[in-house]
Amino acid sequence: MTWETVIGLEVHVQLATNSKLFSGSSTHFGAAPNTQASLYDLAMPGTLPVMNEEVLRMAVSFGLAVDAEIGKRSVFDRKNYFYPDLPKGYQISQLDFPTVGRGSLKIQLEDGSDKIIAITRAHIEEDAGKSLHEDFQGMSGIDLNRAGTPLLEIVSDPDLRNAKEAVAYLKKLHSIILYLGISDGNMAQGSMRCDANVSMRKKGDTEFGTRTEIKNVNSFRFVEKAINYEVQRQIEILGDGGRIVQETRLYDSDKDETRSMRSKEVANDYRYFPEPDLLPVVIDDAFIDAIRATLPELPDARCQRFITQYGLSEYDADVLTSSRDMAEYFEAVVALCGDAKLSANWVSADLLGLLNKQDLNISASPISPQSLGTLISRIKDNTISGKIAKTVFEVLSDGETDVDAIIEARGLKQVTDTGAIEKLVDDVIAANPDQVAQYRGGKEAVFGFFVGQAMKLSKGKANPAQLNELLRKKLSA
Amino acid sequence: MALDNTDVEKIAHLARLQISESDTLEVAQRITNILDMIDQMQDVDTSAVTPMAHPFDASQRLRPDVVTETDQRDDYQKIAPATQDGLYLVPKVIE
Amino acid sequence: MLSKTVAELATALANKDVSSVELTQAYLDRIAQLNPALNAYVTLTPERALAQAAAADAARAAGQATPLTGIPIAHKDIFCTRDVLTACGSRMLANFTSPYDACVVERLQAAGAVMLGKTNMDEFAMGSSNETSHFGPVHNPWDQARVPGGSSGGSAAAVAADLCAMATGTDTGGSIRQPASFCGITGLKPTYGRVSRWGMIAFASSLDQAGPLSKSAEDAALMMNVIAGADARDSTCLDIPAEDFTAQLSKPLTGLRIGLPREHFSSGLSTSVQEILQLAIRKLESLGATFRDIELPNNHLSVPAYYVIAPAEASANLSRFDGARFGYRCENPVNLEDMYKRSRGEGFGDEVKRRIMVGTYALSAGYYDAYYKKAQKIRRLIKEDFDTAFKDVDLILGPTSPHTAFKLGEKNSDPVTMYLEDIYTIAVNLAGLPGMSLPAGMLGGLPIGMQLVGPALSESRLLNVAHQFQLHTDWHTQRPEV
Repeated sequence: MTWETVIGLEVHVQLATNSKLFSGSSTHFGAAPNTQASLYDLAMPGTLPVMNEEVLRMAVSFGLAVDAEIGKRSVFDRKNYFYPDLPKGYQISQLDFPTVGRGSLKIQLEDGSDKIIAITRAHIEEDAGKSLHEDFQGMSGIDLNRAGTPLLEIVSDPDLRNAKEAVAYLKKLHSIILYLGISDGNMAQGSMRCDANVSMRKKGDTEFGTRTEIKNVNSFRFVEKAINYEVQRQIEILGDGGRIVQETRLYDSDKDETRSMRSKEVANDYRYFPEPDLLPVVIDDAFIDAIRATLPELPDARCQRFITQYGLSEYDADVLTSSRDMAEYFEAVVALCGDAKLSANWVSADLLGLLNKQDLNISASPISPQSLGTLISRIKDNTISGKIAKTVFEVLSDGETDVDAIIEARGLKQVTDTGAIEKLVDDVIAANPDQVAQYRGGKEAVFGFFVGQAMKLSKGKANPAQLNELLRKKLSA
Repeated sequence: MALDNTDVEKIAHLARLQISESDTLEVAQRITNILDMIDQMQDVDTSAVTPMAHPFDASQRLRPDVVTETDQRDDYQKIAPATQDGLYLVPKVIE
Repeated sequence: MLSKTVAELATALANKDVSSVELTQAYLDRIAQLNPALNAYVTLTPERALAQAAAADAARAAGQATPLTGIPIAHKDIFCTRDVLTACGSRMLANFTSPYDACVVERLQAAGAVMLGKTNMDEFAMGSSNETSHFGPVHNPWDQARVPGGSSGGSAAAVAADLCAMATGTDTGGSIRQPASFCGITGLKPTYGRVSRWGMIAFASSLDQAGPLSKSAEDAALMMNVIAGADARDSTCLDIPAEDFTAQLSKPLTGLRIGLPREHFSSGLSTSVQEILQLAIRKLESLGATFRDIELPNNHLSVPAYYVIAPAEASANLSRFDGARFGYRCENPVNLEDMYKRSRGEGFGDEVKRRIMVGTYALSAGYYDAYYKKAQKIRRLIKEDFDTAFKDVDLILGPTSPHTAFKLGEKNSDPVTMYLEDIYTIAVNLAGLPGMSLPAGMLGGLPIGMQLVGPALSESRLLNVAHQFQLHTDWHTQRPEV
């Protein structure tokens, strides 16, 4: 039996506003418990919601970025359930009339081909608070600082066919929201959270199998692992002739497994109805056009531009546009040194290698684009060689910033003075009569030996082109 | 629409209301009476009518994205049943 | 002195016939004497009142008086009042000291009004007789064996018994107008969105509206001048310029067209009430108004639709009372569910629980379309009836209630009987329109009111008609002997 995996993702993105969706409380992360919980956030009797306009702008900009239909009239609804992190006893969300309707997004598969993933909708809703389960005399502690933080819930169609596609989709979403600047996308802090709906069906079937929902997976890696575990689990059950139970499962990253959430609730009945404290949100074309006009260049467009404008390979362009920060870093480097190819190499190989090693995001890079751009300029103007540049790069990565000062202080400047190089060449030839004889006897390969010796003698600073030229001249003399 | 005890228990659970067993029958009876009164609505054909959620066809006013609230935790928690270290305490939440 | 209208008291204060401190103390003395029998107030704030009165006198001396400066008033206990108990007639909030003031409270305070205390009410405003209050029923000052109406029963009784100069109330299905009728005073439910709901504990958000209970239409206009107007904290509050509601009071009624809904004068209404209304109609005719019959064909569906929409909204609005952050928490909950169920089971009274359950049911899977959505469609039909009627008439006149105040305990055996009490008032809330009740006569020693309903934002016109009527009648000046 061949099984086909069917995955749909629901991604909650915390929008990077200053204040909450319906109150003037700060959304700043990490404050002392309940110090950012206003009367409204605490659901004090008599309090009312007033919507933050920035949330609407952010939602619309996301919709435009994924070519979605924008809801000209969106309606908030109450989703009713009791939970201590939900102070009103209902969450304000959007059911039938979300701000963002159907859209789509392109991902790149492992074989290099593209796939379009349909986005069902994206709606605005409130985040919940947090329950802390440390022991407070056998009680739980409730912190409502997060309650009411604006979320955009982005729902995909069940178009994804394996964990890798799911991760590619998530990374693309992540990149888009960062390009738009509507969220910090920090998965570890919960700014972007993912629920995965996973089901299996026989290859060729058109109907979907029973799905399970894996809740709150908080990194790309865990999304992949959780889905793979769940797929394996479902295949085993189905292979044994069993049935999948429709349920919510929690991914345990320590044990690398999903497990059923123990919930006594038979079936949730959320009793959605239109939120009477809020009127429909009505927007016109002018509002949408104004947002469209301020949209930044998005990853796909930028990638295309990098290929045409800078002559980069599709692979390099893809790597360099994978995040807005990266693309901006790269362009800042190019602007300084004027050499796109060299910049692409340095950023995608050296800099990314360094960042990976130190587990840093490019926005936290120890080397600024100004430093890297200057460094490449110094290669181009022959101040230093490519090899010496690696040494300077090392020094930069340790926290120094002034490229020219580093070159100067450590005497790394390339030797281009013909007289000095001539002396080096003479010294090497004089010191190695046997090799000179071999070379002159026709053994061309020995040439490299002379280059190495001369370079060593110059402490790597001799201009390689000049050195080669002089060596050949003197050896053939 | 007549409600029975099971219906009442189901609704009471959804609404998180404790209804003692001895009261269930009476509650079912009274709610049934209310629903009977409400059911007069069913005689009217409303297939062509748009539901009205609000008295006026107005649209939402929006507020600028500005932080206007300050920390009032101590004041707000004075009236809380149980707190510790700035947290509201409730019986253990089991996930 | 205590039976004077706000307008009269304002003159007395301006003329230095009396100080606000003296006036406030006089009301406090009368409250101390009569409230034990009437139970109109649940909380008194004498020290705060006297301090506000002293401040008002000082403001007046400094030449900074407004028409309400130094006027002693009462607030329905549904309005949050900072550092003062705000119990909303419920055991659930019997320990709730609000950390903030409602918009209405703030505005009246800023205008210099003195708060004497908080008035009794049906629990969470759910009731038509004030008998669902956790703090016991209010007794009608005209006959203490009778109810004052509800849910703003405490406010209505306090105004009628001269325990305050005027009071605030709220009206979701008739809760200002029906008690005004039962207690022989003037009550105005403004257009939905006229008055901010910030700090007013929600019963049914799309229907609730705050308004004055007063001794005259002129007084109601004076309060409206203070409490009405845009508030950034309530998205449903209309963003329209302030209005002087007293400006049109003396306008003559010549040319005024008033509609009489056939449905309100049909079999359900006793002949004695009909006769009283006929006298009022003749009086208004003599003042220049013309009358014609109109139809509100879907009026009979207003009670059924209301008892879906209001409980549905209430079922969600009251979910915040969960024992976690404020209000009542049951003793020793064994787990979270136990805390929810017992806190709510013990904290809410029977009528509140019943409405939460009806609302929960109406919204639950499989019933939403048949109940909630259906009710919203009926709501539109009811609104359209009014729209049609107002093409031909300026105002609508009818009874506020089918009868005078009934006896305590008379109607609380069956909820549906009680619900039908509001048959004439509920449609007005569903349509979001302004409506008022003013004394129109006496029946068996008890007052009875008539209702005026106008198109959206026609409060000034309603107050004008009521004021003209009151200039030529004395029903509103009659006071019970308590």
